[in-house]
Amino acid sequence: MSDVYIMGVDMIKFGRFPEKTVPQLGATAALMALDDASLTIQDMQALYCGNLGQASSMVGQRILQEIGQTGIGVVNCANACATGATAFREAWMSIKAGVNDVVLAVGVEQMGKGLLGGAGGGTGISKEGLLGSGTMPAVFAEAGMEHSRKHGTTFEQFAKVSVKNHHHSTLNPKAMYQIETPLETVMNAEMISYPNTKLMCSVNVDGAAAAVLVSEKKAKELGMSRAVRVKASILASDPYTDRDLTMPDVNAVTRIAAKQAYEMAGIGPEDISLVELHDCFATAEILHYENLGLCADGDAGRMIDEGEVALGGRIPVNVSGGLLSKGHPLGATGIANIYEVSTHLRGEADKRQVEGAKFGMTHVIGLGSACGIHILEKVA
Amino acid sequence: MSEQATVEGPLPVVDWLKGAGSNDPYLEGHKCGACGAIYLGERDNCSSCGARGQMSPTRLSTKGKLYSFCIVHRSFPGIDVPYISAIVDLEGGGTLKGNLINVEPDPANVEFDMPVDVVFDDALGRKDKDGNSYISYFFQPAA
Repeated sequence: MSDVYIMGVDMIKFGRFPEKTVPQLGATAALMALDDASLTIQDMQALYCGNLGQASSMVGQRILQEIGQTGIGVVNCANACATGATAFREAWMSIKAGVNDVVLAVGVEQMGKGLLGGAGGGTGISKEGLLGSGTMPAVFAEAGMEHSRKHGTTFEQFAKVSVKNHHHSTLNPKAMYQIETPLETVMNAEMISYPNTKLMCSVNVDGAAAAVLVSEKKAKELGMSRAVRVKASILASDPYTDRDLTMPDVNAVTRIAAKQAYEMAGIGPEDISLVELHDCFATAEILHYENLGLCADGDAGRMIDEGEVALGGRIPVNVSGGLLSKGHPLGATGIANIYEVSTHLRGEADKRQVEGAKFGMTHVIGLGSACGIHILEKVA
Repeated sequence: MSEQATVEGPLPVVDWLKGAGSNDPYLEGHKCGACGAIYLGERDNCSSCGARGQMSPTRLSTKGKLYSFCIVHRSFPGIDVPYISAIVDLEGGGTLKGNLINVEPDPANVEFDMPVDVVFDDALGRKDKDGNSYISYFFQPAA
């Protein structure tokens, strides 16, 4: 089977673009990725499009209606916050299968403001605030408190994640925010669901990202100087665990995916230079240091305390600013993460460059649950 | 459409709350005869072991321990905050999410593994569009 390479990848600056349509945002990112690959839409053999908000309305085709209706096959997919990663992986798989040599993957989302989630709609009465809370900040607060229960993790340690990621985004011109948020500011921000304050919740933004994936044969034809090799692509769903149906278990699903990803790549966590992981809430990031094997179980609090996960540390995490500060346009996030890691592997990340980056990992979680992990390798 | 009479007595907040109108309400789980996994609500097959058609109803305990929680300060319009959203493991199996009541919503007052009772009461005055009232379950510190 052919190795698969990323030849072009880009994202729009995340922000709020109510005057644009979802296909327009996706089209912008698609053209940027094509330009980055020095290819055109006429070169593409298929399009894999990830979007959640308009999942039943043919977003991929409408992107082609913006940039070129070449008649290629389009797959539209939705997989909660793993949507972008799923689209990318479907593109990857079509090359692995030998069906295609050059394909485009796009992730795009337009978000409203405010809380996501909520317990029970349907018939009868609202269950929100009656049978606990189903809002996303609450669900991930409960997951964080499970970590506190096991390892004594503190509110302050969770808050430090947000300080770090907001700091990182001051170095990323494509992030929604470029503002420093000191620890006191994070901890004293409006409490949404203890222990997550407002600054510990990801930002709802509009965004789009796209990638051009090619076979080895095609990569050699085009030139490998900026190519990024996809060493592993994994998608897992939530395995049965005792509490999963009441309290979504984001740990077990990530651990399954991480184990498979390391096996497929033939490397271990110690080989990874940087990680973009799913910090939808500050509490979540802490869990995933351990779930992804970046440290031993129970060591995540120390990791954040000692700065090991900051730019310049042993294993920088979310140097893009993460979902907390770069922003989290649900369907775009999985490809935006791939853009970030690819940019470091190409040595083009400017002020936030992780020096000597050879392998990088991306991780997303869609609640319900889906976990997508990619391991990327520097080629040239 | 025929005129529907208002239902007498409160309705259950979830269909696995049984005996809503009686003086002996309880929560019903379903247990897999093959692996023992316990689910809330009815189902045909087991998602733990894959066994088919081996589910049987089981009355869930009203005693449990707090496994995890958060304190909700921001919710949707019309929902009273703050409140404690709690995850409780029941004695004998089953995990529930619900409001922990009769505790000040401050992390200093909530302890992991604190024993709680499952209690039943009116669903905070909430009514459906037909005006029906509901009975819900809550957690409170064990008596």
